[in-house]
Amino acid sequence: MTQPVSPPRDSTDKVPSAAEPPAWRAVLFRADVRTMSLLGVLAVLILIGGITKPDQFLDTRNLQLVLTQASVIGVVTVGMTFVIISGGIDLSVGAIVALASVWATTVATQEYGFGGILFTAVLVGLGCGLVNGVLIAYGGMVPFIATLAMLASARGLALQITDGRTQIVTVDGVLDLGERDSYVLGIPPLVLVFAAVTVIGWLVLNRTTFGRRSVAVGGNAEAARLAGIDVRRQRLYLYLLSGLCCGIAAFLLIVLAGSGQNTNGNLYELDAIAAAIIGGTLLTGGRGTIVGSVLGVLIFTTITNIFALNNLQSDVQQIAKGAIIVAAVLVQRRTASTT
Amino acid sequence: MAPQPPLLSMSGITKSFPGVRALDGVDLDVQAGEVHCLLGQNGAGKSTLIKVLAGAHQPDSGTIRWRGDDVTLRSPIAAMRLGIATIYQELDLVEHLSVAENVHLGHEPTTAGFVVRGRAAKASTARLLQRLGHPEIDPARLVGDLSAAHQQIVSMARALSHEVRLIVMDEPSAALDPDEVDNLFRIVGDLTADGVAVVYISHRLEEIRRIGDRVTVLKDGRAVAGGLPAKSTPTKEVVALMTGRNVEYVFPPRPASAPQGDPVLVVEGLSRKGEFAPIDLQVRPGEIVGLAGLVGSGRSEILETVYGARKPDTGRVLVDGKPLRPGSVRAAVRAGLGLAPEERKAQALLMLESVTRNVSVSSMSRFARLGWIDRGAELGAARAAVRELSLRPDNPDVPVRTLSGGNQQKAVLARWLLRGCRVLLLDEPTRGVDVGARAELYAVVRRLADEGLAVLLVSSEVPEVLGLADRVLVLREGDVVHTAPARELDEHRVLDLVMEGSPAS
Repeated sequence: MTQPVSPPRDSTDKVPSAAEPPAWRAVLFRADVRTMSLLGVLAVLILIGGITKPDQFLDTRNLQLVLTQASVIGVVTVGMTFVIISGGIDLSVGAIVALASVWATTVATQEYGFGGILFTAVLVGLGCGLVNGVLIAYGGMVPFIATLAMLASARGLALQITDGRTQIVTVDGVLDLGERDSYVLGIPPLVLVFAAVTVIGWLVLNRTTFGRRSVAVGGNAEAARLAGIDVRRQRLYLYLLSGLCCGIAAFLLIVLAGSGQNTNGNLYELDAIAAAIIGGTLLTGGRGTIVGSVLGVLIFTTITNIFALNNLQSDVQQIAKGAIIVAAVLVQRRTASTT
Repeated sequence: MAPQPPLLSMSGITKSFPGVRALDGVDLDVQAGEVHCLLGQNGAGKSTLIKVLAGAHQPDSGTIRWRGDDVTLRSPIAAMRLGIATIYQELDLVEHLSVAENVHLGHEPTTAGFVVRGRAAKASTARLLQRLGHPEIDPARLVGDLSAAHQQIVSMARALSHEVRLIVMDEPSAALDPDEVDNLFRIVGDLTADGVAVVYISHRLEEIRRIGDRVTVLKDGRAVAGGLPAKSTPTKEVVALMTGRNVEYVFPPRPASAPQGDPVLVVEGLSRKGEFAPIDLQVRPGEIVGLAGLVGSGRSEILETVYGARKPDTGRVLVDGKPLRPGSVRAAVRAGLGLAPEERKAQALLMLESVTRNVSVSSMSRFARLGWIDRGAELGAARAAVRELSLRPDNPDVPVRTLSGGNQQKAVLARWLLRGCRVLLLDEPTRGVDVGARAELYAVVRRLADEGLAVLLVSSEVPEVLGLADRVLVLREGDVVHTAPARELDEHRVLDLVMEGSPAS
């Protein structure tokens, strides 16, 4: 009983070493398959658009429009992706966009010009995110409930501010951003913002401690806590991040529409969650990618555009979106179960 | 007269998962009324085999004969209809339903096909619990309110609520106290006396000696020995079959001289109401201190309170003479504490992630500037920690879920090694770790201690505490009843101390 033990090598390494290369390759392969299949779907959609309406769909202006429309919901989706990866959900994104867009376009705010509008939109987004985050992280509320409450209150407040009226933007600097003159190499500034948010989101998720902690909290909150991660603070930050994205999206929407309305951002929560899900983010947390979510957004926006060009009503669009969500999840479950 | 065909005869069962051949032509014969033990290391194919038997997995090839007829177990329900019941290690009960509702889940006694007859369900549940020797469990109670041992009884009652001819028990004793184990064995005896066959899986050889009739040993997806006599086959032979070599429980040598330095961890009067009485203890650098006691003696609770995962009612924890902020895991980690918790998968590992990320999770900021992670440095450090603990495979990019139990535990230790932790808290470090890998894990823990780490060890396996620790604190119902150097204690003495004064059962 006191003999020193030489590590018995042959027993413990058998199973893992046999599984090692395939398991690793499988992970790589699967990530690739997911991205590739989303790109494939997008390519098919573009093909359909090009065949059904060759002149209108592939027109530069139309493509610019599709990307611009994708930008607003896309920025929201990046924030949502972080929240879902961390095991949470943010149902209030649409309402926050609405509240931020109307608060930033009141007559009083517009007096402060471009900076006032941008600052207010971002601040309102952060403020709502702070309330969500504190309620969830420190108040122990379930994310679903806390953000549902925020959804209701923020929409109510937005209606109160506008009294149901559309608030026209008169600040030239803001309106100019939506004009063709400000396009950079044919790319609308809104799309550039979306691209920047995407790149930053990817870097933060994959290359920073913040991203790692988000994944850890979503994958196993108890293990994260026992590993010394401040889980509550991380949750607070995540809802702040989502709020920030909503504030940015609200500003983009103001530029796009030239106005603020309390009906803005209607059902964004569903679109953002759906885009994240078809992009491969696990609703239970612990896994997800920014690239997948952004491809999800582009797929949905392209569908909407193709349907509109072909004069199909939005009810048909909704049915198609639902079918795509179901198909995407089924495909992912298949690929997941074969590893 | 021709011999009776076996109750169950599985032959040539193969089952592959991508990258792994889990079962490679396994044969298993089970006779009515026998206790057939299934032995094998983790990853040998035991779980896959019983899932095939339960209808949860479909074999790729092979035949299953049930009472002489070929059968296909297409689903768990099909297996249940034949009279095959499985009690999984991780109990599959619905916490928010009552005992009776759980027992009858899926086959509730009904009137007119859908109105559940609650009283009949409770009465039949009470009869089953009586038969299992636990009439004190109230069929109306919620399962979530019961102890682990009682939940196991409920699981067994559920198995018996069907017409059952074969029961598979996957490590049923893992969560049980000795007297509960005795009761379990009595139940097994009753069942076999009624002609029911039991397929019994356990890591504990002495249990197999006590109740087993025959043993089948699995290794690397093959049955390396089928139907050995359970009572008379020498331990050495069984272990050799399991591991392919001769090892027994081997503990590394203790250092020649007891560690001297000032204690790095000091616990003073720490207590939590209803869990454990005020406890004092000290651990020096290089010392392994063990806490021995039964399930429910407060061992894990003490460890988690020291670690700040639970808030103490009284007392304090000092590291290097400085008190820690009570109830703060982060303060404990910053001061140099590290915990390898009892439930590795639920409390320690990020199962979707690679070994690297599991190892680096507690020291991320070391590899980061302004939150930006230097992944090269991270990988290098993880690789070094993995090598140092001879974790296998030594490629830290593999997903942690593909590792065996022992190597997953090493990944947790590597996490704290990388963090530069100075006090290691080990809660049941070898749970779910197979025999061969245990010795290696013991050696690793001793080596870390020799390098100056202070180790506080909790284990329900008394030989483990006695073999590995330098000093042992014996706990009974939250009180420290004895402290002594491990060499001065033996298993019987510890069990006497643990049992002494406890109500007879």
